[in-house]
Amino acid sequence: MSTLTATRKTRMPRPGTAARILVLLVAAALTLGPVLWTLSTSLRTPSESFNLPPQFLPLNPDFSSYVQVFQQVNMVLLVVNSALVTLLIAVGQMATAALAGYAFARLSFKGKNALFSVVLATMMVPVQVTIVPVFMLIRGMGLSDTLLALILPAIPTAFGTFLMRQYFLGLPNDFAEAASLDGASPWRTFRSVYAPLAVPGMAIVGILAFNFHWNEFFRPLILTISQENYTLPLGLVTLQGNLGTGSISVVLAGVILSMIPALVVFIFGQRTLRESLTAGASK
Amino acid sequence: MSTPTLKNPPTTTAAPTALSRPAARRQRSMAERLIAPLFLAPTVIGMAIFTIVPILGSILLAFFRWDIISAPEFVGFSNFADIVSDPTVRVSFLNTIVFVVVAVTLQLGISMALAVAIQGRMPNWLRVFFRSAFFFPLILSAASVSIFMGYLFNEQFGVVNWLLSLVGIPAVPWLTTSGGAAAVVVLVYVWQNFGFSFLLFIGGLASIPKELLEASALDGATGWRQFVNVTLPLLSPTVLVASVMAIISALQVFDQPYVLTRGGPGDSTRTAVMVIFESAFQRLEFGRASAIGLVLMMLIMAITALQFRLSRRFVFYQ
Repeated sequence: MSTLTATRKTRMPRPGTAARILVLLVAAALTLGPVLWTLSTSLRTPSESFNLPPQFLPLNPDFSSYVQVFQQVNMVLLVVNSALVTLLIAVGQMATAALAGYAFARLSFKGKNALFSVVLATMMVPVQVTIVPVFMLIRGMGLSDTLLALILPAIPTAFGTFLMRQYFLGLPNDFAEAASLDGASPWRTFRSVYAPLAVPGMAIVGILAFNFHWNEFFRPLILTISQENYTLPLGLVTLQGNLGTGSISVVLAGVILSMIPALVVFIFGQRTLRESLTAGASK
Repeated sequence: MSTPTLKNPPTTTAAPTALSRPAARRQRSMAERLIAPLFLAPTVIGMAIFTIVPILGSILLAFFRWDIISAPEFVGFSNFADIVSDPTVRVSFLNTIVFVVVAVTLQLGISMALAVAIQGRMPNWLRVFFRSAFFFPLILSAASVSIFMGYLFNEQFGVVNWLLSLVGIPAVPWLTTSGGAAAVVVLVYVWQNFGFSFLLFIGGLASIPKELLEASALDGATGWRQFVNVTLPLLSPTVLVASVMAIISALQVFDQPYVLTRGGPGDSTRTAVMVIFESAFQRLEFGRASAIGLVLMMLIMAITALQFRLSRRFVFYQ
């Protein structure tokens, strides 16, 4: 809106524009500063990592903290656990949401609207409300303290189903007409015609699931018991608790390593992630 | 879910291309009715087991005192009464409400100011940089963020106190005093989440027709006056959605206070969800945990319902 008032009178940059950019720069510095400090402190030697003044740029990188974090905690296991849990949830969500979303968008059956309302309503249920009974169900199923305890309850996804329904509704109807005239069954119509077209929508569901579950802390804290089943966030918090304010660069090295997959998603899928995160708001 | 009847199995034999369009459509809808349950089964059965049954279980549990070991004992509404009468639970609810009010106000205020600021004239790469920077914290885990923020706010060697010392402010005991700890939890939470409202506001501002702003500028409405009288009313649907989403998410705050302070010092940063966690999994008071969870869910439902009412009454749609 400043552009309008600016073009009306003069082409000179107004003092308002400079002030705006200054405010934005300060906000960006406050946002990225802590992350830069984390990165450069993880690259100091453990004994130096407390020293003030702090470092915001890793001028003399030292990688001993990255070696030590693997000795202090079973990083390989944490990464494998987190990757397994996150990938299986993402794939499970993509498959089940695509199937259910397709049924709600393109199949006719009795009670469709009522069932869809129930699915949507479950979005309002916070995980903290169901965690006690889920914990007991998991125990009853004999899955206590396994990775499946984290994976199975996270697969049915109301939001993913909603997104996939919207996606399938956006695809043209003609293909279904043509396919059924050619004698294709509803399953074949889905499998060979619509599912391949819906891959971008499924990618959105997968990226969202990845971002959420890679970073998840509350459910792993409750549903895993032995350290062999810890995921990265839980392992790092435990490491921080063990080291106290000991060598913080070791903990921070773990934090930086745990960010890498999320960073990859950020670099390559930022647009998708941005649009899908806000997609729920524009329903 | 409709149970399929097998009276008319789908005919798969006859030459399908010979069918007329309506016949094909009729055959298709019959086949669809049979196959739909299979498409829905994984999601619907999964939700039934892991959401619907647990909610019903929670409702039942909330009226019992049960520690898994001994037999459950019916206690009526006493678990709900604890929310008011038990000092720890009451304080945690009050903390949560104060947290929601302060954190959501800050989050919306900051993100709206930045969303308006980024509309101004600037090179496109700078705009992309700012947007990416503000979005970045959203991809991090709240646990990791709380770990490094805890170090930054450390009283002796933290960078925040070092920066304050440069301008002559003595060391603030951030995490060891009630007020300091509560402030840090709010700041860390807002730091990580303002980018989400920021994205919503950018979307809302982009949907405001340029002509309206131009016309109001010609009428002499500029700067602050234009924002209050023109932009803000047009942005109100976004403000409503952003506030509701921010409130719902803030009500469930757990990771930051758990990692930063474990609820302390004293009960000063203990939140409702932390009490659910501690009651159930540290003190084996499953009934009380369920009751607190249900109250939280009812709050979320009430706020969602309020959103629908408000959006009909007050929000200005073009």
